[in-house]
Amino acid sequence: MAENNDSGQAYWKANLNLITICLIIWFVSSFGLGLLLRPALSGISVGGTDLGFWFAQQGSIYVFLGLIFFYAVRMNAIDRAHGVSDD
Amino acid sequence: MDLQTLTYIVVGASFLLYIGIAFWARAGSTGEFYAAGRGVHPVANGMATAADWMSAASFISMAGLIAFNGYGASQFLMGWTGGYVLLAMLLAPYLRKFGKFTVPEFIGDRFYSSTARIVAVICLIVCSITYVIGQMKGVGVAFSRFLEVDASTGLLIGTGIVFLYAVQGGMKGITFTQIAQYCVLILAYTVPAVFISMELTGTFLPQIGLFGDHAASGTPLLTKLDQIVTDLGFKEYTAQASNPLNMFMYTMSLMIGTAGLPHVIIRFFTVPKVSDARWSAGWALVFIAILYTTAPGVGAMARLNLMDTIQTGTVGAPDGNLQYEQRPDWFKNWETTGLLKFDDKNGDGRIQYYNDKSEAFKAKAEEFGWKGNELKVDRDIMVLANPEIAKLPNWVIALVAAGGLAAALSTAAGLLMAISSAVSHDLMKGTFTPDISEKQELMWARISMGVAIAIAAWLGLNPPGFAAQVVALAFGLAASSIFPALMMGIFSKRINSKGATLGMIAGILSTLLYIFTYKGWFFIPGTAMLPNTTANHFLGIAPEAFGAIGALINFAVAYIVSNATEEPPQEIQDLVESIRVPSGAGAAVDH
Repeated sequence: MAENNDSGQAYWKANLNLITICLIIWFVSSFGLGLLLRPALSGISVGGTDLGFWFAQQGSIYVFLGLIFFYAVRMNAIDRAHGVSDD
Repeated sequence: MDLQTLTYIVVGASFLLYIGIAFWARAGSTGEFYAAGRGVHPVANGMATAADWMSAASFISMAGLIAFNGYGASQFLMGWTGGYVLLAMLLAPYLRKFGKFTVPEFIGDRFYSSTARIVAVICLIVCSITYVIGQMKGVGVAFSRFLEVDASTGLLIGTGIVFLYAVQGGMKGITFTQIAQYCVLILAYTVPAVFISMELTGTFLPQIGLFGDHAASGTPLLTKLDQIVTDLGFKEYTAQASNPLNMFMYTMSLMIGTAGLPHVIIRFFTVPKVSDARWSAGWALVFIAILYTTAPGVGAMARLNLMDTIQTGTVGAPDGNLQYEQRPDWFKNWETTGLLKFDDKNGDGRIQYYNDKSEAFKAKAEEFGWKGNELKVDRDIMVLANPEIAKLPNWVIALVAAGGLAAALSTAAGLLMAISSAVSHDLMKGTFTPDISEKQELMWARISMGVAIAIAAWLGLNPPGFAAQVVALAFGLAASSIFPALMMGIFSKRINSKGATLGMIAGILSTLLYIFTYKGWFFIPGTAMLPNTTANHFLGIAPEAFGAIGALINFAVAYIVSNATEEPPQEIQDLVESIRVPSGAGAAVDH
């Protein structure tokens, strides 16, 4: 457990902020671009079909991958900054 | 060498490899049996997780679903991958920090209640058993088609192999075999896909080829496919979902169901550190994405190949369709399995494959002298028949057989691990006989693993009539009960035992009720209260897509009940504080 309660609070808040940002991108790339916004973006064509189709069957997966690694890298930095790293 | 001999050699070699690992990786302690001694490298764990997660459904069924539904199958692609984002950020690192062995153990400790723990064990066993039945079916199908042994003999061979390495090595044995199984299954999936992509689009990667040009006609592949299928009265391949709300809920249910499946979560208990759990989720998704980004290409290209094989000339021309007498060998092979059926309705000796349910196409079909669709294709054969349809060499077909078996066996072993640890650790050690020594617990773990395998084999030999239906239940249960309980346990200090227990029960019951309303009480035919059609569904939401709403109900009930009752005790709030920070995990928490 974090010895200093204030530092513990700040650490948790930094984590929650990072999660919120990542989950917004997660949502927009899959449910947004791949589904709900697809009709609005149907004018943008990608390889014989539209951008929404690409996001639903390819793009969202690449975004998910990027997000998890981004989160892991950022969290390692946040862990170290707050002195709670497990390394 | 003929296909039969080759298949025996390839499948036999892969089985020898798994058995070899069984003798090499024997578990000596409960820590090794439940969590592989917590020494698995994050990349290795990622690979094992990928094999654990990708089942016969991912390997055999998913590309078929995409082939026949096009864009309409996107929920499987987004849902079964997007769940890893939730797992990496909301569950895995904190559960690793908690440092125990099972999912119900966390729920029991965090909500200081053995009732909550038992409810979690029941959810875990129900969703894992239903899942195992599907894997066993996959093993049977792969054996009977490729090795021409009887499906039940095949199933017994498969379970025998799993028995050898799972009972001996527990999580340790399973981890190493899953790594080997991942290599077999990913090769088996991508090699034919690359061949077919080269053939159809001239591009190596199916991920690129799918959005490239169709080599034979020069038009973009997906435009070409849209045209071919609409010419025969089918829905456009890339058409937008008819009910976006249903697709939204379906995708969400699969995502949170994925994150809440216990056999996936326990894989993250095997890595050394909290930060490793985060990395490992990323690596797992890398290895999963290799298959999942290939699948859309496989689906589209298989559909195109199938349509081209049947519709050889102009639509409507008397000689535009394939003559039944001239059907290719793969067609004959699959006819014998009953998964491909031809019925010459208009007696012209040619195969007409079109959408006879389309009102708009009816007049045209009559004009052509077509008397209904004459070909029934089971969508599960698409991946398995793909290399034969594309006329690929025999060793590729043999490899696909080994790959399908690897996918089914690796997932089955992971599920059996989750079941046996819940029985020996949560029920025996945790609840009924807390005084047993580690050695006795290890023996119980081996016994419950053996019994679980025996039950799985029995269910595979005598599959209940509702086997296909219960998969929806597995995801619905994990989404509506386990995921919300775990997430609230980590992200809220205010949720207490009453809130969590009632929330889990409300989530499961609402989801079960919705599924049973349309699929019959306990799936007994004839007991459905409403016909299972879109018009009858609440807001058009299918029973398979209801897990997300069940989860919302769970969250709401837990929140309201917790706020109306007492706060959790101080030591529980301290526990939540401690799992939120990575430092201090490791061997010290092993018990």
